[in-house]
Amino acid sequence: MINSRIQIGLISGLLIALGVGLTLYKAVSLNLPLVPGEYREVWTVESKTSFIPTDGPVNVGLRLPAALAGWTILDEHFVSSGFGFSIVQEAETVSTARWTRQSLDHPTTLYYKMQIYRARADRELPALEVELPVKPLLEADQQAAMDRVVQRIQQQSSDRESFTLLLLQELLRESQDQDILFLLNSYSGDSLEMILHSMASAGIPAHELRGIELEDGRRRQTLSSLIELYSGEKWIIANPTTARLGLPSNFFIWQRGDGAILNLTGGRNSSLEFALVSNSLPAKAVLGMEQRAEEFALLDFSIYSLPVEQQGIFKGLLLIPVAALVVVVMRLLVGVQTSGTFMPILIALAFIQTTLLVGLIIFLVLIGSGLWIRSYLSRLNLLLVARVATVIIVVILLMAALAVTSYKLGLDQILTVTFFPTVIVAWTIERMSILWEEEGGHEVLIQGSGSLLVAVLAYLAMSNTLVEHLTFNFPELTLSLLGVILLLGKYTGYRLSELYRFRDLAGKE
Amino acid sequence: MSLLVSPLKLRELGILGMNNRNIGFIGRYNQRKNYCLADNKLNTKSAAIARGIPVPELIGTVDYQFQVSTVNKLLEERDAFVIKPSQGSGGKGILVIVGRRGDKFVKSSGALIDDREVRRHSSNILAGLHSLGGRNDSAMIEALIDFDPILKDYSYEGVPDIRVIVFRGVPVMAMMRCATRSSDGKANLHQGAVGVGIDIGTGKSICAVQNNRIVSQHPDTHINFDTLTIPHWQQLLELASGCAGMAGLDYLGVDIVLDRLRGPMLLELNARPGLAIQVANQAGLKHRLLKAGAIADGFFSAEGSLSAEGSLSAEGSLSAEGSLSAEGSLSAEGSLSAEGSPSAEGSPSAEGSPSAEGSPSAEGSDNASQKIALARRYFTTQTT
Repeated sequence: MINSRIQIGLISGLLIALGVGLTLYKAVSLNLPLVPGEYREVWTVESKTSFIPTDGPVNVGLRLPAALAGWTILDEHFVSSGFGFSIVQEAETVSTARWTRQSLDHPTTLYYKMQIYRARADRELPALEVELPVKPLLEADQQAAMDRVVQRIQQQSSDRESFTLLLLQELLRESQDQDILFLLNSYSGDSLEMILHSMASAGIPAHELRGIELEDGRRRQTLSSLIELYSGEKWIIANPTTARLGLPSNFFIWQRGDGAILNLTGGRNSSLEFALVSNSLPAKAVLGMEQRAEEFALLDFSIYSLPVEQQGIFKGLLLIPVAALVVVVMRLLVGVQTSGTFMPILIALAFIQTTLLVGLIIFLVLIGSGLWIRSYLSRLNLLLVARVATVIIVVILLMAALAVTSYKLGLDQILTVTFFPTVIVAWTIERMSILWEEEGGHEVLIQGSGSLLVAVLAYLAMSNTLVEHLTFNFPELTLSLLGVILLLGKYTGYRLSELYRFRDLAGKE
Repeated sequence: MSLLVSPLKLRELGILGMNNRNIGFIGRYNQRKNYCLADNKLNTKSAAIARGIPVPELIGTVDYQFQVSTVNKLLEERDAFVIKPSQGSGGKGILVIVGRRGDKFVKSSGALIDDREVRRHSSNILAGLHSLGGRNDSAMIEALIDFDPILKDYSYEGVPDIRVIVFRGVPVMAMMRCATRSSDGKANLHQGAVGVGIDIGTGKSICAVQNNRIVSQHPDTHINFDTLTIPHWQQLLELASGCAGMAGLDYLGVDIVLDRLRGPMLLELNARPGLAIQVANQAGLKHRLLKAGAIADGFFSAEGSLSAEGSLSAEGSLSAEGSLSAEGSLSAEGSLSAEGSPSAEGSPSAEGSPSAEGSPSAEGSDNASQKIALARRYFTTQTT
């Protein structure tokens, strides 16, 4: 006993010291601040070029992004196993990554990863030579419709900007006029080309602006397009999906003007997709990264060195030990009763997706109506496995019903109901229902509210910015957490609830 | 009285907390491989019969779903019986039938049910409705205990049982659990049954609690707990102590019922006995467990019984003699009889006589009766 106590003490001491030591070292030597201060949103963008090779040599050219509008590329990384790789500088601001290989026999994905952040929020893009637009060559009926549309909009607008806006709004409107419908049809739905042609017809210099809409956690984002037009004095950006002017703050420009981004010879079915993760990094650290990208040895061993998708997963995973600590403390030190030991963690994880209040409401509705239906099932006298399976299906139907009704009512937040772990919810309902039959509603209330209390506390701990900052930037602190939990595993003192439970014993003298 | 008690005070009183129980006693003294004997009532029963420990008679078991339809045949000649899951916990899923009226069965509450209901209950047990973790289980049918009429008024519609905590073969603390109307006839403290602390030395009541608060009389039968004295006390302690060796668990809860004719009988064993017994006894377990450990290690027999206390030494030697002379044949008889018709000889031994059938074997009995004598000496707050 004493032996195992000493062992646990030594191991936990070592773990705690290791975690804290590494954290302090990183804080001092890398200047990573321990408390969240001013933050920079650093995006990790991973582009995945996939294709199926055909016979003969393979040549893949990927146009590299022109960092515009204040965006800065911190770090670039190419994965090209088995390929010859080079970067070709084609013009002053245009460069292309080129992968080559003599032959290839299986579908392949090439990766290009970069870390970007927006150093300045520039509104305007650098000046570009203005070329007069070339009128498009159209069929006679197309031309006639185009002319009518352009003429009508020109009459309603005062300048190039308002022309563009009106045109975009016209296209977004649900009830479009005959000419526009016909035109869209003749461009087989490609509204962007139609817009550019209309603008060319109206004599407005314009071109496409392609890039990525940055959205945290997206795995298969594709390129999207904006329109850039010359107003006569300067270049202006218009967004065809919202009919607004100006560059959206979450838009990372990849290419300005025409030309393909991906060039592939010796392959087919090529696709270009992006995985995106955003990290809030301390401003100081970002500056440091920019200045000395080479001496980055220690950060190279951090979570940042992983592929983007895994980074996103670890961002969540690293929070779970914190929630586990909350459960350990609440159960061993406080003595809260929960239904299912670690069920509160799963509920808390769902709360992170749904936000607290919405999550609580959804959870209560699910459990409440689940219990009600389960009380009917218990009268049917089913075998256990079939009964739980029934509850699982009932829960899924409930979730679907909840999502559909709330969506119709315009309560979009309730749609996050899908983040609740179905099987866990079903088991919780089953357990609580048995508890109800055997020990009465009182016990259900105690365990249910205990579980919810722990879940809410775990949620609060996990969504705390300081905790998020520490766990992601200093993952070695997880070792310290482990040490603390090991120590708590040897705690033999009283629980807070026992001080209440045995209160009558103290007054007997 | 304040809402919370200070932890220092609890420590001073030697109250055992849940964490300490789990790490210091259950985790340390009870080997996991031995749990299956305590957790499965059928295993407990067959082990007890093999050792000659009296248990309620087993009418039959239902192991598979297809056997459910034959339950009625098993029960044909029985008026009173109990159906329970063999791996149930906390008194869950126990159906008590006290008699018949026409085609119907009479439950202990007086309600009538038909045989369909009995089959449904058995089927639920098999599906694991009442068992830990919902595992498949088997149902066992026992003869209803004809419990000692002295205890009749202490329980409302249910059999009162006596829980004894046994540490390394030494009985440490005891409590009688009495069903109430709010506990629905179940002797489960969580559901509102009354727990009555019983003095190890005398078998008399110490204090009664319901829902962790002190009460003086039974809420339904209104009988006063002050006057309660458990009959066959020595015999009961010997039975409890004997179970420790059988179960292979050093920290053990032994649940015992008193039969009108046959005296104390083992109902079930618990490898994780709860802590409410401390409130019912108004005393902490920790100091007693330490002392019991010392008794088990033989420290007390040297100083305590022989040198200091004259009376105790006399008692000790007497019991040792008695067991040495008579025990060998007696225990053999006990086990033989147990196989045929479960130990009819279990009860006749006179109350208070130290030799008993509960003691596991001849060589261990000397030790066991000494442990009990010392426990009765040290774990008492009353004077005899």
